[in-house]
Amino acid sequence: MVKPTKVTNSIRTLRFQHGEMTQAELARRIGVTRQTVIAIEQGRYSPSLEMAFRIARVFKVPLDEVFHYPDDAEGDD
Amino acid sequence: MSLEEKRAWIYTVVAVVVPAVYFAMILSQVPGADVTRIAYVRPLLTAVGVSIVLNVAATIVASILARDDIAPKDERERQIDRHGEYVGFYVMSVASVVPLVLAMAEAPHFWIANALYLAFVLAALTSSIVKIVAYRRGL
Repeated sequence: MVKPTKVTNSIRTLRFQHGEMTQAELARRIGVTRQTVIAIEQGRYSPSLEMAFRIARVFKVPLDEVFHYPDDAEGDD
Repeated sequence: MSLEEKRAWIYTVVAVVVPAVYFAMILSQVPGADVTRIAYVRPLLTAVGVSIVLNVAATIVASILARDDIAPKDERERQIDRHGEYVGFYVMSVASVVPLVLAMAEAPHFWIANALYLAFVLAALTSSIVKIVAYRRGL
C-alpha cells in the first residue's frame, strides 16, 4: 500500500549541526506539525517542492544537501 | 500523535462501537419477527446522534489536552485527509448498491434503511482506518 520513496534526507544531521534544533522548532519554522517533520525524517512522507525549499532555507544550504536521490534509481526511463 | 491523527482514531472507535451496539440491539429482534413491526427509526436516529455527539465531545477533549498548539492542517494532513475521503467515497459508492437494489426490489424499509446506514458506517470506518495507516506507515 505504501509506495517506497527513493528520496532520502539529512534533516536530522542538519538539525544537530544547527544548534541541535529540535523537530518542534523546525516544524514551527516551516509551518507544519512536529509529526510531519518526523515523517519526513523517517522517509514516510515526501514533502512538496515548496516545503523542501523551506527546509533548505532554514538550514541555509542548497536543496540537494538536504534531500538526496540515487543516480542509479531503478525504473528510470 | 497529532490532533488530526487522534481525530481519525476517535472517528474509528465511534464508527465501530455505536453501530455495533445499534445493530446488536436491532438485529437481535429479527429472527422470527416481522421486520415491518420492528421499531428501528428512533434507535437509528439515536445512533447517528450519539455518534455525532461522541465525535464532537471527544475531539474537543483531545483538543484541550493537546500539548502542541492547535493549528490548521498542514500539507501532509490535508493529503492524508483527501486520500482517506477518496477511499471512503469508493466504499460508499459500492456499498450503497445494496440499498439501491433493495429499494428496486421493494424490500421492507427496515432492510433498506439499515443497509444504507451500514454503507455509511463502512465508508466512515474505511476512511478513518486508511488515514490511520497513512499516519503510521506513510502515504
